[in-house]
Amino acid sequence: MANMAQAIRMALHYGEKNLAVKDIFGQDVGAPLGGVFTATQGLENSWNTPLDERGIISMAMGIAMTGERCVAEIQFVDYIFNTIDLLKIAGNTLWCTNGGFPLPMVIMSPVGAGIRGSVYHSHSFDAWASRLPGWKVVMPSNPLDAYGLLLSAIQDPNPVLFLKPKALMRVRGDDLIPGEPEDEKELKAMIDAPIGDRTSWKPRWPKVEGYMVPIGQGKITRAGEQVTLVSYGRHLLLCNQVADELKEEGYSVEVIDLRSIYPYDWQMIKTSVEKTGRVVFVNEDTEVTNFAEHLVYRVVQELFYSLLARPLVVAGKNVPGIGLHPNLEDASVPQKHEIAEAVRSVVAEVP
Amino acid sequence: MAKKAPGKAAAKPLKTAKASSQSLNSLTKLPKALLLQMHDLMVKSRMLEERLIKIYKAGDAYFWIGAPGEEAWGVPIGLQVLKGRGPEYDYLHMHYRATPTLVAMGMPMIDSIRLIMNRSTDPSTGGRNFSNHYSFPEWNVAPVTSPIEVQYGIALGTAHVQKRHKSKGITLVTGGDAGTAEGDFASCLIWSSRKGRELPMLITVQNNKWGISTSFDGQHGETNIADRARAFNIKARSINGNDPIESYLTLQEDMAYIRKTGKPAFIEAHVSRLYGHSSASGANFVSNELCCLNDFETKLLKAGLIKEAAVKELYEKYAQEGFEAQQIVKGEPVPTSESIWDNVYVGSENADWRKF
Ligand SMILES: Cc1ncc(C[n+]2csc(CCOP(=O)(O)OP(=O)(O)O)c2C)c(N)n1
Ligand SMILES: [Mg+2]
Repeated sequence: MANMAQAIRMALHYGEKNLAVKDIFGQDVGAPLGGVFTATQGLENSWNTPLDERGIISMAMGIAMTGERCVAEIQFVDYIFNTIDLLKIAGNTLWCTNGGFPLPMVIMSPVGAGIRGSVYHSHSFDAWASRLPGWKVVMPSNPLDAYGLLLSAIQDPNPVLFLKPKALMRVRGDDLIPGEPEDEKELKAMIDAPIGDRTSWKPRWPKVEGYMVPIGQGKITRAGEQVTLVSYGRHLLLCNQVADELKEEGYSVEVIDLRSIYPYDWQMIKTSVEKTGRVVFVNEDTEVTNFAEHLVYRVVQELFYSLLARPLVVAGKNVPGIGLHPNLEDASVPQKHEIAEAVRSVVAEVP
Repeated sequence: MAKKAPGKAAAKPLKTAKASSQSLNSLTKLPKALLLQMHDLMVKSRMLEERLIKIYKAGDAYFWIGAPGEEAWGVPIGLQVLKGRGPEYDYLHMHYRATPTLVAMGMPMIDSIRLIMNRSTDPSTGGRNFSNHYSFPEWNVAPVTSPIEVQYGIALGTAHVQKRHKSKGITLVTGGDAGTAEGDFASCLIWSSRKGRELPMLITVQNNKWGISTSFDGQHGETNIADRARAFNIKARSINGNDPIESYLTLQEDMAYIRKTGKPAFIEAHVSRLYGHSSASGANFVSNELCCLNDFETKLLKAGLIKEAAVKELYEKYAQEGFEAQQIVKGEPVPTSESIWDNVYVGSENADWRKF
């Protein structure tokens, strides 16, 4: 089974071969490294940029203006903040030109904590990204979705932000990517660059096939009746674990992997919350003006009379950074036991 | 040399990796006591960095980044800084390869070890940030930030205030070669050189020819980074930062020029990267780059300015100091969970919305 880094690599390869992706670029994205998480190893059209995030985003915008397809990377999302006005412009160009200039471009960037990355390798961007109208924003929780979402992003005529949960880059999924060899050792031998000298190394790509996860479509990863847990990315996996563990205590938890942050799958949330009457939203971005607060607002507005308990948000603490020491990181981003407590407390609430 | 201290191998002068860069004559340009002091501090800084790497490799730290290989550049800075707090003294805005400068300024080894082992006793960040992310307000050492190059813009502000104070203090900024692609670097050149409003700052770049895995050659159209400063009429040169004597003399001249004229100067120092970028690339010794410490030491030995036994003792002393500091730090307290709310605001005024 591919890990997420390999899945992204295979999607980019598919994109080069079939979807006319001509440029894949960013800091250390090209040879010899192929990306700090190896997600761009061995690709034909990958190249290294100067250490200049504004240059990277604006280059992508210019390429997109010509109609050609590119995927650019910001090495860690922690370093995207100096491009925020360019992200605004990329998001408003179509609107300002009244449809004249679509910008079909993909920006990908590793996000989130979970690797003891300290202050500048732990930032989240989902809440920030949800405030960039004109952008679509996706965030996979497993390799197959990463593959399918990236292929959808490449084909989308709009700018798409592809957020990669960095703690999941080495995590394998449960499903094969169409065309992926069954034996993960074989896959590794085919597409992972060797340690050491790679000057003459070339990948042998498996014949991967087109597979799209439509942007805006969530997925129910655990079916349940009592309470709905909505998440994405790294915390989706924690939510699945919580659902499984609480099942043994007799709780019935439905888990939704949103997969797309904007546009999001409201119909899926609605159907589930109408059934359960209880909902907890989980993500690791900071809690004040968190994207989940918008979802709570909508739940309250549209599903108020179906609710049996107050909707909850479990999110990162409103602190300026994530400290290196585990005590600091663990107190700053949601932990499994906090999600479980939130579930227990909403289920215990009686209207 | 320094690689395996403490132990016998540590004190033996090893072969230099490349042909020696310094002529023996240059040793006459500085007093013997200063040469020996620089050597002493270079050894101390190297032994500290090697201790940090050991701590990382032993699993007692999550990440290492630092400056082994840049001692011949960093130590002469630390020795010539006007050290103190406030605009009357020099401000230093450095990147994450600042250990040699701080060691030369008098930072005890243990404080660097507290930082990499994220103890609450870490004076720079209280256990919040990575190794080499120093911050010493009492010495005007501005916090090292992970985001590359922001220090080049921030440095303008401290220099601006120093100019207003007509102070002797100047602002010094350091960073890597790849980082010069960021707009902040251009801001620094533009803002510091405005006619009639020049700023008293020493703008420097440690050019190790790498940005992680990306080599200098594929990313730069300019021949020397210093050429960019020349375009703004800034006094600029490229030097061999592997030679502590050349570094010392260039810094001395340029710092005096800035203190006298109030105008900026620029130094591009060519340096080596001896243990790769960081622990993310293994933090292993690379043998194909020139080791400035080894090179300088060989000169001192050949010229009879230092004896092998004394060199050996030096390595052993600092290896021991690093080792002992690590043992002490192991027993020191770690930050508590509740402390995430400390210092969000001045005086740790309540930052948690649940409490107001
Ligand atoms: C704004 C920003 N972008 C990207 C990074 C990731 N990063 C960390 S170090 C580095 C390379 C820096 O190279 P250089 O400026 O030459 O300094 P060196 O490490 O070689 O001393 C990069 C890209 C970062 N820290 N900050
Ligand atoms: Mg460099």
